[in-house]
Amino acid sequence: MGSFFHRHPRFTPYLLLAPGVLWLALFFLIPLVFLAYQSLQSGSYPDFEFTWEFSNFTDAVSDYHEQFFRSFLYAGIATIACLLLAYPLVYWIAFRAGPWRNLFLLFIVAPFFVTYLVRTLAWLNILSSEGPVVGLLRGIHILDEDGQLLYSTFAVISGITYNFFPFMALPLYVSLEQLDHRTLEAAKDLYASSTQTFLRVTLPLSAPGIVAGTLLTFIPAAGDFINAALLGTPRHTMIGNVIQAKYLESLDYPTAASLSFILMGAILVALLIYARAVGSEKLTG
Amino acid sequence: MNPRMTRRTLLQRGAAGSAILTLPGLLAACGGGSGGEDAGELKDVLNFANWDLYIDTPALREKAGLTGPTVFEQFTAKTGIKVNYFVEIDDNSSYFAKVQGPLSKGDGIGRDIFEFTDNSRFPGLLVDEGMVQKLDKELMPNIGNLIEAQASPSFDPNRDYSLPWFSGMTGIAWNTKIVDKVTSMEQFFTDPKLKNKVTMLTEMADSVGLTMLGNGDDPSKVTDESFDRAIKTITDADDAGQIQDYLGQAYQGPLAKGELAAAVAWSGDVVQLLLDNPHLRWGIPDTGGMIWTDNMFIPVGGSVPTASTFMNFVYDPQIAAQLAVAAGYISSVKGVKEEAVKLDPKAASNPLLFPGEETLARVHQYDSAALNNDAQIEAWQKVLGQ
Repeated sequence: MGSFFHRHPRFTPYLLLAPGVLWLALFFLIPLVFLAYQSLQSGSYPDFEFTWEFSNFTDAVSDYHEQFFRSFLYAGIATIACLLLAYPLVYWIAFRAGPWRNLFLLFIVAPFFVTYLVRTLAWLNILSSEGPVVGLLRGIHILDEDGQLLYSTFAVISGITYNFFPFMALPLYVSLEQLDHRTLEAAKDLYASSTQTFLRVTLPLSAPGIVAGTLLTFIPAAGDFINAALLGTPRHTMIGNVIQAKYLESLDYPTAASLSFILMGAILVALLIYARAVGSEKLTG
Repeated sequence: MNPRMTRRTLLQRGAAGSAILTLPGLLAACGGGSGGEDAGELKDVLNFANWDLYIDTPALREKAGLTGPTVFEQFTAKTGIKVNYFVEIDDNSSYFAKVQGPLSKGDGIGRDIFEFTDNSRFPGLLVDEGMVQKLDKELMPNIGNLIEAQASPSFDPNRDYSLPWFSGMTGIAWNTKIVDKVTSMEQFFTDPKLKNKVTMLTEMADSVGLTMLGNGDDPSKVTDESFDRAIKTITDADDAGQIQDYLGQAYQGPLAKGELAAAVAWSGDVVQLLLDNPHLRWGIPDTGGMIWTDNMFIPVGGSVPTASTFMNFVYDPQIAAQLAVAAGYISSVKGVKEEAVKLDPKAASNPLLFPGEETLARVHQYDSAALNNDAQIEAWQKVLGQ
């Protein structure tokens, strides 16, 4: 074996690729093919038949465009909120926290030691009408007497922002931490103000982190259903909730499959637009 | 080195590599199966899948003041069959999604007994699609102890495939700190004191059934008209801002804390909640409540004699009484109340546990044919926003 690859070095990449390719084929490609097959079936459980039922796709869009729109809106707002919250925080950790860096990073990751569901359930208590946040906001008259935060768009987006925050913060940290400090000194030497240094040196150099963080936050957030289910009402359901209900309650597997495909396609299109806008070299650094 | 180039090359080679794997072979390899070949033998282990807090665990027995070994221990002592108990059902539809794949192919799931609720569409599907096996009634003399009211459900008219485990009622729970009493569905849907402070259950049969009764319709014979009327009543109240949300068991916390004034709720939950919250009440609305039953089935691949032997054992009133008193749900076994009086006279007088004729006359079963009506399921999902 060893000598074969030694004599034919061009086969080495295939060997290195094999485990990953096998993994992807087994757990991504095959399920995907199966999903595509199912999305074009018709009939009712359990007697589905493959009939090239493309109307599954058009029906899914016309019936659930509202939830699709909401998914992208909520995921988009949550991604921007994550970015605005994470950037100053990790900037401070990367540049100012010195020996405490790892401790602060641990704080960011700490909520992940608790399961996703429990983290979201915690928000039920945080935003509860009998809880301290609502109490304070009512006290200072930002909310009126009966005002509540739970079961609202605000609650769902807050939950998503909170749950996906580390996915934004960690890639951002990596890109800021790797930033060559001599470039900042050079900017100063060339009489750039601190604002100019930030806008023209730090920000562009951290772009790969922003892009990676945005993708890691937006993609799972668009497919999320836990936050909408627990913190929202039927007026806040996202496409993930519809897919879950189609699969579990309606036993309508073809529609569930076609909705999943549309979601994947829509995210892909959004990514392509994003990549065009920011320049694809930013995707890889 | 340009990293993008590398990635692209990798992708190309990856695509070439994956072509080596053939689809059908892999799909076959994924199938697997734990065959049903030994379905006819009595085994020395019973694999029992159930809901949480639904058996006389030592802790629940102690709370209920019962002494002696658990029902499982008594079963093992009598028959030599050990019980592996799996608390793995927390929702009919998710559990069905989990087991339907192997069962529809005729493969076993490593369980001899599992349970589904009769106000979901699944009992009917299990029987119609051959996912469950017939009971061995030869081994079940105690089947005669099944109460008349449960003898002939529409999904299994002769009780060939199923037996009730426990039943519970659906009514309205309220918090007396916010509202003195909720006595009718009309009040539930329109009382301004309850505005944006009530929730309904996500289960169609519970919420729609209770609403139909409020509208003067019969939920045991659902028609398109009565269904549409119920949906309209609910959406009108929802549009008016009366209903805050539709939940599973998640209503318990907010109701106990007083964030909710009232909720469509299950009787069994309230028995447990009352211990910590004296402000809670549960009642059947003046127009009537709903009743549902969890049924035991033997899935394909399970051991029929082993499962039948166990079902027979728990249909002994003396055993059934221990289960009902410890778990706090309604038994379908004749003579269970008389046995319960011997164990715990206080529990035996609890109408939520042993409802009298008068209570039972006021609760209704949801039309099982309507549970499989796709258009109605869709309409209900739309109310839930999905």
